[in-house]
Amino acid sequence: MTGFDCVTACARVARVLAVKIAVCVKQVPDAAAAKRLDPATGRLDRSGETALNATDVNAVEEALRLKEAHGGEIVVVSVGPEKALESLRKALAMGADRAVLVSDPAVAGSDLVATSHVLAKALEREAADLVLFGQQSSDSDGAVLWAAVADRLRRPMISQVAELKLDGGTATGKRQTEFGYDVIAVPLPAVVAVSDAINEPRYPSLKGIMSAKSKPTETLSLADLGVEGERVGVAGSRTTVMGMAPPPPKGGQVKIEDDGNAAEKIVDFLAERKLL
Amino acid sequence: MTAIRAADYPPPFSSAEAIGAPTDAADERIEVGVLVVGGGPGGLACAIRLGQLLQEQPELAERLGDVPVALVDKGKQPGSHLLSGAVMNPRAVRRLFKGRPDQLDGIPTYGEVHREGVYLLTKGRALRIPPPPTMRNHGNWIVSISQLARYLADQAETAGTMVLPETSADTLLVDHGRVVGIRTGDKGRGKEGEPLGNFEPGADIVAKVTVLAEGTAGHLTAAAVDRFGLHGRNPQIWELGVKEVWRVAKPLDRIVHTLGWPLRKGARYREFGGSWIYPMGDELVSLGFVIGLDYRDVELSAHDLLQEFKTHPFVRKLLDGGERVAWGAKTISSGGFHSLPRKLNAPGLLLVGESAGLVNIPRLKGVHYAIESGRLAAEAAVRALGRGEVPGRIGALDSYDDELLGGYVGRELREVRNMRQAFDKGFFVGGALASAMTVTKGKLPPGELGTEPNADAPLLKTNRAAGYPAADGALTFDKLSSVFASGNRTRDDQPNHVRIERRVPREVAELWSWMCPAQVYEVGEDDGDGLVQVKLTPSNCVQCGAITAKGGRLTPPEGGSGPEYTLT
Amino acid sequence: MGTTLVFLEHHGGELQKGGLGVLARAASLGGEVAGVVLGHGVQDVAAQAGAYGASTVYVVDHETLAPPLPQPRVDALAAVVAETGAENVLFAGSVLSADVAAGLAARLDAGLNWDLTDLVADGGGLVGKRPALGDTVLVDVGWTTTPRLALVRSGSFEPVETGGTATVTPVSAQFEDFSTQPVLVEHLQETTSGPSIEEADVIVAGGRGLGAPEGFKLCEELADALGGAVAATRAVVDAGWYPYSTQVGQTGKSVSPRLYIALGISGAIQHKVGMQSSGTIVAVNKDPNAPIFDFADLGVIGDLNQIAPKLAELVRARKA
Repeated sequence: MTGFDCVTACARVARVLAVKIAVCVKQVPDAAAAKRLDPATGRLDRSGETALNATDVNAVEEALRLKEAHGGEIVVVSVGPEKALESLRKALAMGADRAVLVSDPAVAGSDLVATSHVLAKALEREAADLVLFGQQSSDSDGAVLWAAVADRLRRPMISQVAELKLDGGTATGKRQTEFGYDVIAVPLPAVVAVSDAINEPRYPSLKGIMSAKSKPTETLSLADLGVEGERVGVAGSRTTVMGMAPPPPKGGQVKIEDDGNAAEKIVDFLAERKLL
Repeated sequence: MTAIRAADYPPPFSSAEAIGAPTDAADERIEVGVLVVGGGPGGLACAIRLGQLLQEQPELAERLGDVPVALVDKGKQPGSHLLSGAVMNPRAVRRLFKGRPDQLDGIPTYGEVHREGVYLLTKGRALRIPPPPTMRNHGNWIVSISQLARYLADQAETAGTMVLPETSADTLLVDHGRVVGIRTGDKGRGKEGEPLGNFEPGADIVAKVTVLAEGTAGHLTAAAVDRFGLHGRNPQIWELGVKEVWRVAKPLDRIVHTLGWPLRKGARYREFGGSWIYPMGDELVSLGFVIGLDYRDVELSAHDLLQEFKTHPFVRKLLDGGERVAWGAKTISSGGFHSLPRKLNAPGLLLVGESAGLVNIPRLKGVHYAIESGRLAAEAAVRALGRGEVPGRIGALDSYDDELLGGYVGRELREVRNMRQAFDKGFFVGGALASAMTVTKGKLPPGELGTEPNADAPLLKTNRAAGYPAADGALTFDKLSSVFASGNRTRDDQPNHVRIERRVPREVAELWSWMCPAQVYEVGEDDGDGLVQVKLTPSNCVQCGAITAKGGRLTPPEGGSGPEYTLT
Repeated sequence: MGTTLVFLEHHGGELQKGGLGVLARAASLGGEVAGVVLGHGVQDVAAQAGAYGASTVYVVDHETLAPPLPQPRVDALAAVVAETGAENVLFAGSVLSADVAAGLAARLDAGLNWDLTDLVADGGGLVGKRPALGDTVLVDVGWTTTPRLALVRSGSFEPVETGGTATVTPVSAQFEDFSTQPVLVEHLQETTSGPSIEEADVIVAGGRGLGAPEGFKLCEELADALGGAVAATRAVVDAGWYPYSTQVGQTGKSVSPRLYIALGISGAIQHKVGMQSSGTIVAVNKDPNAPIFDFADLGVIGDLNQIAPKLAELVRARKA
């Protein structure tokens, strides 16, 4: 093999090994701030303090581990208001390389159909080898987003992943279901949603936090992505929130004192409710 | 029979533990120009003023490197650990933002004080009394100190400060007799201190000047005072305040302070304190109960006193139809002038705000002192960093002391210097003495009153707890649900950050158990010799600092843990 | 109301209870109700749906659908929707169905509401009820277009045996290349221990009232009898009585099993927020003023050391 062939061969191997990972993260109202539904919109009042969604931190951590093992680049992507940049900075502080925020007032009020459309457009632009999602949004407003995005991107997907490996151009995930776990392999490029069981996220180091402030951050509008107004917001959504009420009082709370028959009474209670 | 004192069972802690030389390799250390420890109004004012000055002096800014000003705070974000009434004298922010009306106008407030009332409470009645001369608040601003800090942090960042929340200051770095920075706390340790999977060691941050603005019961401040022999004439003493914010049905039209019930007047109890109730706009009310930690009764509980206080018809009426939306607790340094360190600076070090003891208890004012001292500290630091100066030289920062104590902060503290101590003599005698002091601006009575450390108070027991109301979940609340309302969700497997003697007489264990607003301490099993074990749940801790006053030592836990105050 | 399709999951040759429950609910919405069964060699399984209220069952039977993977099911379901012009597509919430429903929502640009605990017909349309903020409020949600996709919270509805039969109608589907790219390498490696607390349908949790670490044997016995998992409060985990992984609460895990039995637990809010959306809460505590009695469905004031073993015994007897 000539020196030139060797160089191109190495370059090809390096390209195969190094992986570009896009991590989709969501900023949610901080669990500590009292959560409220905004009576005007019926949606979660997001004006309070905000933090990176807990499982998204697991996704960022997984991306970091993969990058440490294989080399490559990590870009964190989010759709949200300007202040979502703070959460993106947390991901940068952990070690992600770049952040992309799609921030446009027209996006407000978007449901799954609309949000997945915008996110897919942003991800197409990145053309990552692997797109990672965190599995559970603590405000459960973003649950199941990954499956919708994977369909729009026309990429294979694995969700509920508790263990992830990359080998050559294949991702193998251990997927947890109600019945046990399956092991599934997908060729890259692919979409993977990870569960919080997958890893213990690192704390950003002080140096990481300080350098995060100078890492590249892009803020995009819908126009930058070529997304039309009618595909987002209330117009682009296919679901509505109509009103809210306290839940119906839990039928008949019962309180009894044990007179020797408590166990029997409990069994009767459970049987009545078809819990046995 | 000798009285039992918490002070006889000191915690396993020595200041030397919090002082050390840098340990990271020289090229691993994080270098900044000026490091501010603490993101309260004092630290933030210092950072803001530094930013202003560095803008005017670009070559100095250049010399200070990539990060000319850095500020660390142990809370989740600036404001997370801040709690106060608060009615703030705007004079210090006006000075800080002189010539910058936009920044001044942007300060979040709940309006100016127009009306105020002081009431003496008895069990069933509230008697309006003329406000003592120290309590004239007309024109002062009602603020949430937590919100104020968030605003000031934004201003500090805009002015060029690198704000680093979730970062605790564990050790003061001292090298060749000079303060050279701090070491931040580790993260990711387990219950026994063992490194967990995501262990992240702390880092040495080295700076040319270090400003300690840690607030009440400052960890590094106390160590620095010991290390550099800066003890003041009297030891520091504290009050403990427990606060709630309520959404109310009817707006409150005045700020209110109360004295008297449910505290006892007799001198032997040493129960000094009272309450505040402040409107926060039309929809919210801030209320809190404060008690001096020199009290003697083992069963005194500031949290439960607040709950009891709310059952008074006067207060109940104000809260009727409302709901509690926040809770928190924090100590206040109350030793005043004589408890100030004899110097507020050391080589490479400046002490700012409440951690230096700059609080005027009779006026219930400290926020503007913190801001003013932060501003002056910044100016002294910049002078000492000027071309040809060496900030580590002994005396290089003395101009800070001169300006601060020569200005209104020093003057006002001196006027009321004996007032708090007078109340050791009980409500009536103390009250009379306080009046005398006010009228004569501190000249009478003659002499200087000493102070006993809070932990020295001989304990007594009077079945006081029988008077506390049971929690009803609507007007009155238990400690655990209150800790929840503070936003505290500290992970449970963190190492214990509270230093106390674990085997103590039952009375001392009970003292701590009642004292702590967050139910960190519980009386454990009998340990023989008339001693009991003290059971700890450190993850409940809201870092109020009371234990430091009453026989133990609070050290900073992992950065980012503790309460997440937003409205206090 | 037009046709409502109900996605019926199956496992080991049996239709899953969740989907059958949704089928029962679908009958009350008006319009035709049909089941959808996807898989390979599923004709017999599909026919079972007739006994639970489906008049028709659409089947896509293809080897691509043999492994329990979501993306080929999106292709197949899209084909069924196209063929039937269905107005509603309902799913009982599960790991698989969540992925399928969301993928279908994107494929059809159709609205999807999830975590619903109820569905009602309303003026020609559909209204879903969805708990929010830790189940402290119930939000009304709707759809602006058809088909309407809905994911129902598992366990919300009970199956109803109607004893009927269903017409099994095959539908053919084309599969996208990307859908067939995931490959099942290993299937159903069961974890040796019982269900994890996050997945368990039944949880027996122990607190300080157990008295000593040995008290957890009572919890384990009862959990075993009920086929559930054992959980613990912060206090006992702190004291080292049970592992941290079983801690339920604000600083532990959040769980919402169908049945939560709390033994010797006071019910402080730090614990409550981790389990308050459980279907049914039964508490045994000897302190009549324990806060847990404020929100337990069945509160029993008594000695858990007497009650728990007896209860385990009775449950075993019943199940036998």
